[in-house]
Formats: sequence, C-alpha cells, structure tokens
Amino acid sequence: METLLSDLESRFGTTEPRQQRADLAFVRCERNRAVDLITHLRDREGYTHLVFFTAVDIIEQGLFRLTYLLHNPELHTDIGVEVDIDREQAEMESIHRLWAQAATYQRELKEMFGIDFPGSPRVDEPFVLESWDDIPPMRREFDTKAYSEHRFVARPGRETHETTEHMKQKLYPEEEA
Amino acid sequence: MSEADDKQQFIPDVEEEEARSTRGKIQLPNADMPIEDEGRFCSARPHVEAPFRGAIEKFLNWARSQSLWVLGFGTGCGAIELRPLMTARFDAYRYGIQGRPTPRQSSVFIIGGYVSLKTLKRIIRSYEQMQNPKFVIGLGSCTINGGMYWDSYNTINRIDNYIPVDVYIAGCMPRPEAILAGFKKLKERIRAGEAEGANEYAEHFDWYKENQKRIVKDWDMPDYNW
Repeated sequence: METLLSDLESRFGTTEPRQQRADLAFVRCERNRAVDLITHLRDREGYTHLVFFTAVDIIEQGLFRLTYLLHNPELHTDIGVEVDIDREQAEMESIHRLWAQAATYQRELKEMFGIDFPGSPRVDEPFVLESWDDIPPMRREFDTKAYSEHRFVARPGRETHETTEHMKQKLYPEEEA
Repeated sequence: MSEADDKQQFIPDVEEEEARSTRGKIQLPNADMPIEDEGRFCSARPHVEAPFRGAIEKFLNWARSQSLWVLGFGTGCGAIELRPLMTARFDAYRYGIQGRPTPRQSSVFIIGGYVSLKTLKRIIRSYEQMQNPKFVIGLGSCTINGGMYWDSYNTINRIDNYIPVDVYIAGCMPRPEAILAGFKKLKERIRAGEAEGANEYAEHFDWYKENQKRIVKDWDMPDYNW
C-alpha cells in the first residue's frame, strides 16, 4: 500500500496520503487529474470495483469534497480518492464511461447537491424528489426545518424543553421558589 | 361504445362541474386531459352514501368488521411489522384480516410510517381507488405528527390532512400486538358505525384536495379516480 501511495504521488501529484487501516487509504487529487488517476487505478492497479461515489459539503472553505472509493478484489484493499471542487461552479468530469452505474450516483449528486456532470446519462432527470423547486436539499445552506414548517402542516402539541431547567423544575420545584 | 357516445355521456357532467367551479369548487375531470382520455377516469365527485337504518346497518357493519382486507402497499418502514402479523406467530387471519394485492379489493389501508411526497401521490390514488366502505389505519408516530422526520424536507407531518384516518397506532415501530389491538379498536368503531372515513372524504372533498395540491406541486393525475 505504501509503495502504491508514493507511486501515485509521483505520477499524479496526489497529496495528503493517509493510511487509515492496513487495507484502507485515502489520497487527495487535483480536479483535472482525478479521472486519469481513477482510470489508472482501475486498469493498472486492479481497483476494478467502484464501492461508492459521494460528496461532502464543506461550506466553510467554499468547496465540495467528492470521494471515490475503489476496491481491489484481489488484494481486498480499498483506496479513496478525494477531489475538491469549487462550490460556486460545482462541475466535475463524468466517470460513467469507466463504470456505467456511476451515472446513478451522478444523477443523485446533481439532485441533492447541485453538482453537474456534463454528458452523464439522464443526469438532469429527477432521482428521488419529484417537482423540487428549491435549492438542492443536501447543501448546507438549505434550512430543512424552515422548509418543513413552511410547507407542511405541523400537529400542535409538540414542545421542546431545555433539559437542565426542565428537570430541575420537575425534580426540585421548591428550590426554584 | 363509440367515441360520440363517450362524449354524450360526459358532457353533462363537465357542465355540472363547471357550474360548481364557479362557486369555488374543484372541477372534474382534469381540464388538461385530452378528450379521448376522459372516459378512462371518473368524471363525478365522490358522494356521501347514507348508511341504512337500524338493524340492517348494524348487520352490515358487523359483516364489514369481520372481513378486513388490507391493501398490500407498504408505504414506510412500518410495513415490516405486517409480515409477522400475517404469518404463523400472530396469524391475523384468525380475525378475518388478510392482504389483498389491489386497492379495488381492499377495505383497509395501513399507512405504514413516514410518508414522503412521492408516496403521498400514490397513497391518494390508491385510497381513491378503494371501494366504499374503506378504513385507514395510521401506523407509527410518523403518521401522527411526523415522528422523527418532523423537520424533514420531504416527508409530510400528519396524514389526516390528506386522507381521513380512523385509527392511529402510536409507536416507532408498533409491535404486531399493538397492531392487533389497533385492529380490535377499528372493529369496535366499525360496529359502532363511527368509521365513516369514505363519507368524510366525500363531504370535505374540496378541503382534502386543496391540502393535497398545496404540497404536491406536480399534480399530473386526475383529481379523482375510482
């Protein structure tokens, strides 16, 4: 695993190699070299299985961090490739030519985060949400509670207590007075 | 039946509905629907069916309560509790409860937990396709007040704004024993003549439609379908 990580560093300029377990490592890669790196891992290093492809919204740094997790069925090891993309122009090269099923992940990312993958099949069709007309719901600036209160009708009677004060009043009511 | 006959049959209803729509009521069938599709959908609103009187209605209610056919539509995680309910250990067949594959043969609709917007559309269609008399059981906290999904962007908070509910079974999830208790309660209500959900739906049809259309933004189905 260490030799692979240093090899990737010299070939693709990956940064921050982290070996979390003996069989799991992560590397970070530039956006425009990521697909080359993934193709190399798939075709030369035997990481033929795309385990998942997901995004994390890091709103503080203004970026989305995409994670491609690849699995090597011969060695039973996983390697995760992390790619940072700009939050404002959220767009990434599609990998549906490497794995056809990646198109579904990309469709979901388009709907939930608004990350575009030009050329990916059916990427603009709704995946789970029908008739969504707000900002993508997994973006962190989206306020799900406010949206729910505005759109759905709540049944009256649900109340929230500050735990410490509530229990103090309940257990030692005379102390309060 | 020829196409001309179809039109003859439906024109009076449309006119009647237009007259109603001027009083702020819902127009049926959908105005956008092509004329050749009109005959496939119900063009009349649901109407209240007055119960019979005295002993006949009592007998009918007793018969209804003894044969509850459940629509096999698992709408949420609660549907997992219906498997042990039907199989050997809890054996709901003892109480005349059995599953049916289609809404047209069913009399009980179990809303099994959280309802997403996508599911709500299918629930409305299935509920309307069920024949009278029909009963709804709200299973789990999510149907009552949203449960753990109360602030979710994609699940509704209370089902009784969209279809009438006869019995709620609280819990997350309720065990099969609780569901059996809920069925017992439903039977009591039916025998007492209180389970009039279908009539309630017909009576407050416009209110229910207004609520449904407020949250289902891509309404691409008939306003009412039998």
